[in-house]
Amino acid sequence: MQLGEKAGLKPSKPMRDVFGDAFLELCRQNPKIVVLDGDLCNTTKTLAVRQEFPERFFNIGLAESNMVSIGAGLADCGFIPFITSMSSFLLCNAYDQLRLSIAIAGLNAKVVGSHGGITLGKDGPTAMAIEDLALMGGLPTFTILVPCDPTSMHLAVRAMAEHVGPVYLRSSRVAIPHIYPEDDCPFEIGVANTVRQGSDLTIIGCGIMVAAALDAAAILAEEGIQARVLDMHTLRPMDTQAIAAAARETGAIVTAEEHLLHGGMGSNVARAVGATHPVPMRFIGLADTYTDSGDPYDLLKKYGMTAEDIAQAAREVVAAKGETAGA
Amino acid sequence: MPETLKQERSLQDLKEKARSLRLDVLEMTTRAGSGHPSSSFSSVEILTALYFGDILRYRSHQPNWPERDRFILSKGHAAPLLYAVLSHAGYFEREMLWRLRQVDSPVEGHPIQNKLPGIETTSGSLGKGISVGLGHVLGGRLNGLKYRVYVLLGDGECEEGQIWEAAIAAAHFKADNLIAIVDYNKYQETGPISREMALEPFAAKWRAFGWHVEEADGHDVGSVIEKLKSAQAVTGQPSVVIAHTVKGKGVSFVEADYTFHGRALKPEQAEKAREEILCS
Repeated sequence: MQLGEKAGLKPSKPMRDVFGDAFLELCRQNPKIVVLDGDLCNTTKTLAVRQEFPERFFNIGLAESNMVSIGAGLADCGFIPFITSMSSFLLCNAYDQLRLSIAIAGLNAKVVGSHGGITLGKDGPTAMAIEDLALMGGLPTFTILVPCDPTSMHLAVRAMAEHVGPVYLRSSRVAIPHIYPEDDCPFEIGVANTVRQGSDLTIIGCGIMVAAALDAAAILAEEGIQARVLDMHTLRPMDTQAIAAAARETGAIVTAEEHLLHGGMGSNVARAVGATHPVPMRFIGLADTYTDSGDPYDLLKKYGMTAEDIAQAAREVVAAKGETAGA
Repeated sequence: MPETLKQERSLQDLKEKARSLRLDVLEMTTRAGSGHPSSSFSSVEILTALYFGDILRYRSHQPNWPERDRFILSKGHAAPLLYAVLSHAGYFEREMLWRLRQVDSPVEGHPIQNKLPGIETTSGSLGKGISVGLGHVLGGRLNGLKYRVYVLLGDGECEEGQIWEAAIAAAHFKADNLIAIVDYNKYQETGPISREMALEPFAAKWRAFGWHVEEADGHDVGSVIEKLKSAQAVTGQPSVVIAHTVKGKGVSFVEADYTFHGRALKPEQAEKAREEILCS
């Protein structure tokens, strides 16, 4: 079953293609955007920008460290550099440069990591970014965006260019469904969106796991459990208010992310819940392991990150909520 | 006044400037009780040539003047020297120098961009300077501006892989307005470079990467200026000036002891050092 199928969502393109469309549109509108590519424009989908705006496109080759620091220099000259590559290669090769050349002084540079999570699939764990959100979490001046659908991706790309300061955006390879109507999607950095109302628990997701959360909510609804679903598209600054309200109003929380549980969205949500309104929680994501290579859906299944896994976690927190109430 | 005599006079002034910068670095690091005085001392004449020898075009009253030449300190541990130079050049008040490494002071242990005027980039973790400089080169091209970008590297720093990524790219982009200067003082933190991680044949490496190479006596301001001017004239490729220097230059007992790399002089040592610098 495809992402969003159970929830009846309309399928769309691979997220990286959506990013490519959104980014080309941005480059047409804003002449200050420049692109730094780590020789992967074919796969990160910035190739169209290279063809249309060759003077603003720099292939730095397979030298991510160099690419990030060059981007810092371009930011100093008043341009808005979009530094793009496959997330794991970019962040793991150039973390020192992201920290020193960009983060410490908070330069207006943008970093786009494609192929986030495990659903790039068959290229296997060396190419997967299962730690990018934790790594970017370690750079305190970076805003972190993880959009979940085509409409929100378009808005996120625009928002990151308008925001003054460093921003990381995660994109994925897998096909994603439409969650928002094309003409009706709120997108404000740091403000989570409620994509489904419900009062029995809240499922908080980011990226492709928002669709999985909606699938889970559809499964749960058949059992009479009404789940609220939050699209936590911004991991920093995190919408603590929405998290606190979810905890207070629904009394139980499940988080779902395509990332290591250690240092990802869920652990940060837990921090907010613990500090505001502690309630039973469960966490869906990748436990401390690297995955096999394989079909994206086989991997999600093997590593416990499907809609059914989220639904099972939801049943558990709802039960735990009852126990707490009864005690 | 005949031209040669004028030049001599000006070189004498620059020598005085270098002496004064060395004294400031000594006082700053001694007061702070930490820092890298010896790595600053070896770069003194290089920065003197750049900022006071009519090489770098800058306006200290307009630090972000778009057409300014850029100076990028890649070897960030020479921060005390950069601060002293910027204060002499009029970027900020001299009193700031005595706040080096103190809490609530922008005069950080290593330079942080935007904390003080005149700091072009954050440095301290090594290897980034040529890349950042190349970003300024590419940005300058897009903006239609014709400035030059000077990057000061340490020699030990040239063990960083990013230096060579950037060297490939600068040659690829034919960045002839990019001039790197290596403070080749022959020592890294743990010992002599030839023993710890040999760089020779150093000039040949740069040439092989497509760079024009000049070699200067890094403690002769006149020599540094001459080689920088030769580098300015090069077209179609980036240049590097390998400046042969002495770590701890100007203070005999620091020159003789590379373990001064990351530590300040004690007050009594500083007094002795001050006398030596004044007599040199």
